[in-house]
Amino acid sequence: MNRAALRPPPGRRLASIGWPLGFAAAIPLLFFFYRYWLTDLNNSGQRFINDWFPLTTLNLCMIWVIMAIGLNVVVGYAGLLDLGYVAFWAIGTYVGAWCMSTFFAQVKFHLGDPTIINKAVGIHISFWLVLVIAGAFCALWGVIIGGPTLRLRSDYLALVTLGFGEIIPQAFTNGDQDHLNGFNLTNGTKGINPVDPIGTGLFSKLKGINPALGAFDLSYKFVVSALIAAFCVFVSLRIRRGRLGRAWLAIREDQLAASMMGVPLVKAKLSAYAVGAVFGGMGGVAYASLVGGAFPNFTFSNSITILLMVVLGGMGNVWGVIIGALLIEWINQTGLKQIGGTFNDHFGTHIDFPSYNFLIFGIILVLMMLFRREGMLPESRTRQILREPARTELEAVGADIEAAESDIEIIEESPDELVASETSGTSGGSGTEGGTS
Amino acid sequence: MSAAPAEPRSDALSDVDALHADNIVIAFGGLVAVNDVTFNVPEHSIVSLIGPNGAGKTTFFNVLTGLYRPTAGRVYLGDRDVTGRSPHKIASLGLARTFQNIRLFNLMTAEENVMVGMHSHLRSGIGSTVFAMPWQRHEERRAHDTSRDLLEFVGIGKVRNEYARNLSYGDQRRLEVARALALNPRVLLLDEPTAGMNPQESGQFVDFVHRVRDEKRVSVLLIEHDMSVVMRVSERITVLDRGERIAEGGPDEIRSNDRVVEAYLGKSGTRGGKR
Repeated sequence: MNRAALRPPPGRRLASIGWPLGFAAAIPLLFFFYRYWLTDLNNSGQRFINDWFPLTTLNLCMIWVIMAIGLNVVVGYAGLLDLGYVAFWAIGTYVGAWCMSTFFAQVKFHLGDPTIINKAVGIHISFWLVLVIAGAFCALWGVIIGGPTLRLRSDYLALVTLGFGEIIPQAFTNGDQDHLNGFNLTNGTKGINPVDPIGTGLFSKLKGINPALGAFDLSYKFVVSALIAAFCVFVSLRIRRGRLGRAWLAIREDQLAASMMGVPLVKAKLSAYAVGAVFGGMGGVAYASLVGGAFPNFTFSNSITILLMVVLGGMGNVWGVIIGALLIEWINQTGLKQIGGTFNDHFGTHIDFPSYNFLIFGIILVLMMLFRREGMLPESRTRQILREPARTELEAVGADIEAAESDIEIIEESPDELVASETSGTSGGSGTEGGTS
Repeated sequence: MSAAPAEPRSDALSDVDALHADNIVIAFGGLVAVNDVTFNVPEHSIVSLIGPNGAGKTTFFNVLTGLYRPTAGRVYLGDRDVTGRSPHKIASLGLARTFQNIRLFNLMTAEENVMVGMHSHLRSGIGSTVFAMPWQRHEERRAHDTSRDLLEFVGIGKVRNEYARNLSYGDQRRLEVARALALNPRVLLLDEPTAGMNPQESGQFVDFVHRVRDEKRVSVLLIEHDMSVVMRVSERITVLDRGERIAEGGPDEIRSNDRVVEAYLGKSGTRGGKR
């Protein structure tokens, strides 16, 4: 009887099994396909796959998936608009490069890493440990950035996070000896490379797995990224169902009411921010390993693209967000180029489609907001608010309900505005009460 | 699970008030919204705060719950000084409230709403939640049971898996009370709880408040416009007008108090509520 209460309703139960299973099945299938079966295809088949779904794109997609899952915790779960999420990606990538390269040649530190010869200078820590280190480091930075920031309300929060998203990549760009009193922290615009291969530890005993995954083991690196993504999905789904997840939702719904119900706002928001930062940091390490280095090419547009993935996929639903990330990154890396190429061949035009990517994303976003504001695969809760009128809003109209039927349409169309006016109404309302007395 | 207070409450302790506000002053700029109001809620009592619109009732509520810091004066919960503590801290120390215009977590189920109210009484953190530690699962199960009991108690057990926004108006009001009770409070603040109710529902509400007080062993403080409810439910009534306390006493005293009649009933004539 107790257990029955814990079980989600039937519809959600199916979704809660189907998606993880699908994800878990797709990863090994893709791996085997690219590792073994692709070479069995005929020439045109191979060319089609390599043109339209190259392994590099797939790998990058996975990195973006991790980022999107991380931002989803902040934006989708806790409802905090973060426009500077790329900061954690950058931090993670640089931590990865610092801990897995010969860059700090003045020291020699090896830890748990069989992939590099013992004489090599620099810090060489096993990729898997670096994931933990970068996660922890980013969580710390999440708290440092979030501490002063998260006391702010929505618009101000967005602006300040935007600032941090600019500052941190900029700091990495300028972190060379010219700016840091002779100490070279980030090697400036030249970046840090190469990064050590990924050690596979005990798995290298299995047939066909290298002890060290280098730059060309893309199908393996895809699995590594997918494992990290799976970890992030698992963690965010678990937290969501627990005490903290409820607090995040409550804050997203009505932060004043949440605080009056004993939810410590700053602490809960900070933990959302930190969890998001951990995911970003881990994704950053995977990114460093994938591109073989850390370069200061993190920009505001990366933050916006991740946000776009979250919004487009369906805020609050990890599976929707994953779909969004896969789709957007595929379009960005390969889709536009290929579709554009086909288009140009067909009509004899010379349009450079990839350079229009933000125009196209903008159009997609506008269309989504007009016709499917909840995203492609929304949370069941969000789907509700955008598709059905709220009951009390109708009943608040009261006895005049027939006369006010036109008003109901207005209510349906602008739930956001209603929420906004309600939130600002309380403090303002009591203020007025004081004022008139 | 039901409100087991930190210390046992006997008549011997009744000289310690559940809630005590001492010389509260709140000024917004030059406007004094609440001026030197002293006010107490005895343990296990039902007290009403009334006054015409703009009398400063909600402002006063907001001071008690920590939303505003009083310009002067102190607030005690039991014998603990909670002046200037943050709202969530005051809430977890045992001061729960409902809202004049219902503020539920609309896209959470009734049960989840109540479980948010339990937040400060639950312990599990990120780690134990991610790894589904036995104690975390146990705690979650207990929280589910408690929230179900509370929903049954307020009479909406059947709709516990519905989203709050889909509940009827009356059920939403009940859910707000259940959510507040989940805090296991010492004092329950109800801000215009019968707004939008018809006379029959208001009548049921009077019994409901008594039941809450008796079974959950809380003190109840209400702001109310409906005089018939106020007179029937309250053991003591405090009247505010223009930020000042103009009267205090039992229902009969208040009914026959000239200043109250003048300030409240005679002048604004809002008998029967705002809406």
